[in-house]
Amino acid sequence: MNAIAIEARGLSARLGDAHILHNITLALPRARWTCIVGPNGAGKSTLLKALAGLLPHSGGVALLGRPLADWPSRQRAQQLAWLGQNESSGDDLTVWDVAMLGRLPHQAWLSPPSAADHAAVERALRATQAWDWRARSLGQLSGGERQRVLLARALAVEAQVLLMDEPLANLDPPHQADWLDLVQALVREGKTVVSVLHEIAMALHADELVVMAQGRITHQGLCAEPTTHRALEAVFDHRIEVHALQGQWVALPRATSSLVKPHHAD
Amino acid sequence: MNARRASWLVVGLLLTALALAALGVCVGSAGFENLIGPLLNPEADPADTAMAQQIVWEIRLPRTLGAWGAGALLGLAGAVAQGLFRNPLADPFLLGSASGASLGVALALAAMGGGAGMLGAGMMNSGVAVSVFSSSVWVRLGLTGAAFGGAVLAVLLTLLLSRGVQHTLRLLLAGVVVGVVLGAMTHLVLLFSPESLQAMQAFMLGSTSFVGWTACVLMVAVWALCALAAWLLARVLDGLSLGDATARSLGLPLGPMRAALVAVLALATGTAVAQTGLIAFVGLAAPHLVRSMVKTTSARLMLLASCMGGALLMAADTLARWLIAPQELPVGVLTAVLGGGYLLWLMQRNTRVSRGAGL
Repeated sequence: MNAIAIEARGLSARLGDAHILHNITLALPRARWTCIVGPNGAGKSTLLKALAGLLPHSGGVALLGRPLADWPSRQRAQQLAWLGQNESSGDDLTVWDVAMLGRLPHQAWLSPPSAADHAAVERALRATQAWDWRARSLGQLSGGERQRVLLARALAVEAQVLLMDEPLANLDPPHQADWLDLVQALVREGKTVVSVLHEIAMALHADELVVMAQGRITHQGLCAEPTTHRALEAVFDHRIEVHALQGQWVALPRATSSLVKPHHAD
Repeated sequence: MNARRASWLVVGLLLTALALAALGVCVGSAGFENLIGPLLNPEADPADTAMAQQIVWEIRLPRTLGAWGAGALLGLAGAVAQGLFRNPLADPFLLGSASGASLGVALALAAMGGGAGMLGAGMMNSGVAVSVFSSSVWVRLGLTGAAFGGAVLAVLLTLLLSRGVQHTLRLLLAGVVVGVVLGAMTHLVLLFSPESLQAMQAFMLGSTSFVGWTACVLMVAVWALCALAAWLLARVLDGLSLGDATARSLGLPLGPMRAALVAVLALATGTAVAQTGLIAFVGLAAPHLVRSMVKTTSARLMLLASCMGGALLMAADTLARWLIAPQELPVGVLTAVLGGGYLLWLMQRNTRVSRGAGL
């Protein structure tokens, strides 16, 4: 079995006239959770889209050892699931219908959902605690509830590789913790998870970090390595510091003296 | 639960259409008693009975059923447009396709010089007059083909100007521009072919009065074809409701399927416009009304929007014949007034809802 889930060689991409990704080469290990981090505008989401084959790019991307372009679209969709940032509404669909869309790659064109599809959708909705709202329409849900349904849609694909762009958007802390448990369970099952996260404290729970700035990768390494922590601090202009706290890594903001004014009690 | 609700709504809309058909057959310039009396009374004058039968069978029944057909086509086209362009304001008029279809019909009529040309001298010699009122199968097919061609070209022009469907505002602006320009071109064509001006004027205002059995059967047949194609493609619309990237990640071949949906949209719009002229707002209002009653998948929404469009246009047509009887209003004028009011109410309600959400 190939030890690499996704590999990119000389990957470059543009959005309009702007050159967003510059000659990126990376290999993301299988059965691991890799997190892509970096400041705003670093090209994280563009990289994730290019890795998913959802963006025109130059250079090569291989999924499970096979060039992305060589995969028939349905087979590729069975192996690689995508959860985008700010996915548009689909407000009229029920939660069940949205999650069932994740099973499209497994269904013949006109065939109705099979028992396996129903079981996969139920598993996904229960995993994201969205099962109780299955009859409600997406438009009736709050931002956080909607995000959990969209996550269920991506989980329902039951793909080997799951790419998620800002999956914690709108989730409250308990549900962020649930998401963490979910990702770790997926990795234990042998699935590969690649996510873009702004929440550095959450990203530091990943197996590996890919640190980006200005369309380039500045570092890729294990989360526990001090060199990764230093790269992370550097890419945020040393405005954060990574510390060990009760057996976990946490990133704390570091206030500069120019921004901190002495507090005078009245 | 939603599936059951959708099924009940279909049944309700079909029963409403049936009731409206019965009502529509009775309403018109020949009064109710002049019509029903000879039909029900066995001792009535045979000439009156024959006349009443002719009015019901040759005029009122086809135009009433034709109103359902045109409304169903426009409702379907509206649901396809709103799903395809992920925009609740998209409808056949806003994308320019109805104006394109209208230009197609005007060009076809002008090319035939109000009777000669497109269908050849042989057709003319056989006594087939080419006009929007004609009930000849070939004329109806020819006008439908011209309307379909115009609608396809208009949608492609809109997509070209908006550089794809990604930017909603650009798409709608392009649709409005294409609609206005093609509308002006239609008027220009009519200016140069005054012989078809009068007929086209009624056509431009939208009317079911030209609908005979041929047009009626044609609309129902095209509706069945479009509804089948739309049903086959409904999963694409469901996928697209979550965005392009997600739809592509699910392995949906978006390019060819979008093209097929544009063809469905153009065929449905073109067929309705070629038989009944420009009837505004039915395509916009029908899917909205359905959504306000039931939240469901694209496949069911398209079927329901068709049934709703059919019932709406039947009701509007009956009202148009009854309001100033024995005269009648062009139904397109009535739908424009009622639909415009509905759109304003919808906008005001949405503003109130978003203000409420903001508080």
